[in-house]
Amino acid sequence: MNGEAALVSLRSIVKGYRRGQQTVPVLTGITFDIMAGEFLALMGPSGSGKSTLLNLIAGIDRPDSGQLIVAGEDIGQLGEADLADWRARHVGFIFQFYNLMPVLSALENVELPLLLKDMSRAERRERAELALSMVSLADRMAHLPSELSGGQQQRVAIARALITDPTLIVADEPTGDLDRESAKDVLHLMQRLNDEIGKTIIMVTHDSRAAEHAHAIMHLEKGELSGREEVRK
Amino acid sequence: MLLSLIFRNAFRHKLRTLLTIVGLTVAVLAFGLLSTVVEAWYAGAEGASNARLIVRNSISLVFPMPLTYRQKIRQIDGVKAISTANWFGGVYKEPKNYFPQFAVEASTYLDLYPEYVLSDSERKAFMRDRKGALVGEKLAATYGFRLGDTVTLKGTIFPGQWEFVVRGIYSGRDAKTDVSQFFFHWEYLNETMKIRTPRRANQIGVYVVEVADPSRVAEISLAIDSAFRNSNAETLTETEKAFQLGFVSMTEAIVVAIRLVSYLVIFIILAVMANTMAMTVRERTAEYATLKALGFGPLFLRMLIYGEALAIAGLGGALGIALTYPVADAFGKAMGTLFPVFIVSDLTVGMQLACALLVGIVSAVFPARRAARVNIVDGLRSMA
Ligand SMILES: Nc1ncnc2c1ncn2[C@@H]1O[C@H](COP(=O)(O)OP(=O)(O)O)[C@@H](O)[C@H]1O
Ligand SMILES: [Mg+2]
Repeated sequence: MNGEAALVSLRSIVKGYRRGQQTVPVLTGITFDIMAGEFLALMGPSGSGKSTLLNLIAGIDRPDSGQLIVAGEDIGQLGEADLADWRARHVGFIFQFYNLMPVLSALENVELPLLLKDMSRAERRERAELALSMVSLADRMAHLPSELSGGQQQRVAIARALITDPTLIVADEPTGDLDRESAKDVLHLMQRLNDEIGKTIIMVTHDSRAAEHAHAIMHLEKGELSGREEVRK
Repeated sequence: MLLSLIFRNAFRHKLRTLLTIVGLTVAVLAFGLLSTVVEAWYAGAEGASNARLIVRNSISLVFPMPLTYRQKIRQIDGVKAISTANWFGGVYKEPKNYFPQFAVEASTYLDLYPEYVLSDSERKAFMRDRKGALVGEKLAATYGFRLGDTVTLKGTIFPGQWEFVVRGIYSGRDAKTDVSQFFFHWEYLNETMKIRTPRRANQIGVYVVEVADPSRVAEISLAIDSAFRNSNAETLTETEKAFQLGFVSMTEAIVVAIRLVSYLVIFIILAVMANTMAMTVRERTAEYATLKALGFGPLFLRMLIYGEALAIAGLGGALGIALTYPVADAFGKAMGTLFPVFIVSDLTVGMQLACALLVGIVSAVFPARRAARVNIVDGLRSMA
């Protein structure tokens, strides 16, 4: 990493939602960069547009205007199918409500994104087992999500986000549905991913304790970024 | 993993899926039974021959022809053999005990119908007894007729009580052969009529003609009918198959109604199934959005949904088909001699399978489209 080219680069991003006749502005001109290897927390009051911004960066939503370059690709210009391929290659998702497939075991859930890769069954298994042991769930592989606690489910989701070795991990309120202890586990895990294997992570949260695990905090208010606060080195 | 995902998704709501499968099973079964009824209806014509001609009075079947025609027809070029049959229309104990009865020229009739299989000894016994009767094995089984039994029919067209002795029980050469008929000697009928109503003696309902060369039936039919043109009783000659089809087509409307009902049943289950699939997909919007976020394309989602619908429909269809055989068997037995031939054909099973798969596919069309088009952000938000 030469530290010059940003992994994520937003220029004058505007996004609104149509409500009836009029358009409600959500993001009104966002410009900032995220460097590779950063662990960034995005904070702000409810409804300030944090999720909207994260969705844009993750390539599951499109800006109304502005330039959005992530992992070297101008993703605002990609077609539906190309964007899906791009996500499969570059983005790992962690959701507030884990979003695991209820009928698949922990292991199968982790294995799922590998179906999109050209990989043998045995290879997929092996990788998924490794990822699950990285989140300390080697002994829960055969469990269905409903047989796991919230914290365990989120760890399965982290393993799933990790399995394809994505360029970027996005997490929208990853601890929003967890008790304090589980939240701590999950945050430590994410911090380790960043420290030990250098994963770039963007995390939306409204919990300042959660944000302390990041390198830096960006504040979003009324559709605009109001500054960056360094937390740790 | 795709297959196991499909299969496990299908059985997520066990009760709902089970009820849908039961509905499909019943619908496919009903469809199969109704198709079999329609086929049974036409079975007489199916088993009929193209090499045999039926000569009848051109005005209507209820009018007979003189016995003297026999000699004239026999002499027409291309006619190999001839026999006669009169519809008797008697009642056995009660009108509901319906089965066809024919007074036939015994000495020739069986030679024209090799599909009626009979032992030599029974054949001889039948020929020897003026009051002898020949019954099909299904008819015999239905009413418990055994060799030597006396059977009394109450005449309707030919008034009076008529007594017969069962001398032979014939079986069919193949499944299409009608084994629920009752044959007796025309001689017996005619001798009795000579005494009771002489003006109705020496009359023939239909002549059965065997031709030497089946490719000449049209020409020979024409020759027969020309021979009796401008006589008191003009004739109408057609192949046995055409004759039988003419019979069943009188009730075409019923057949059409049955067919309509059978397709209606499939249509109803299609509506039920489509509703189930729509409900299922609506509930899983967030899951489909998640899959899309992970990079799965619309094709994958469509496959999941078509696969699930086909799995459910396939199961219901298979169960329905499996049940059709025993149920049709029981149904055929219960119907007795009303349907001489009641077997589930390969065509029916093929149609059942096609219907089930069609229900699966069609029910998935809109849900699959919905899932494939789900907006990721909206889909994910629908969860919170
Ligand atoms: N799909 C949508 N349709 C209409 N309005 C939306 C949609 N998504 C978000 N919004 C609105 O945009 C604003 C920002 O939403 P969001 O990004 O989810 O905020 P946050 O994550 O910061 O709570 C809110 O006012 C929300 O109601
Ligand atoms: Mg949010």
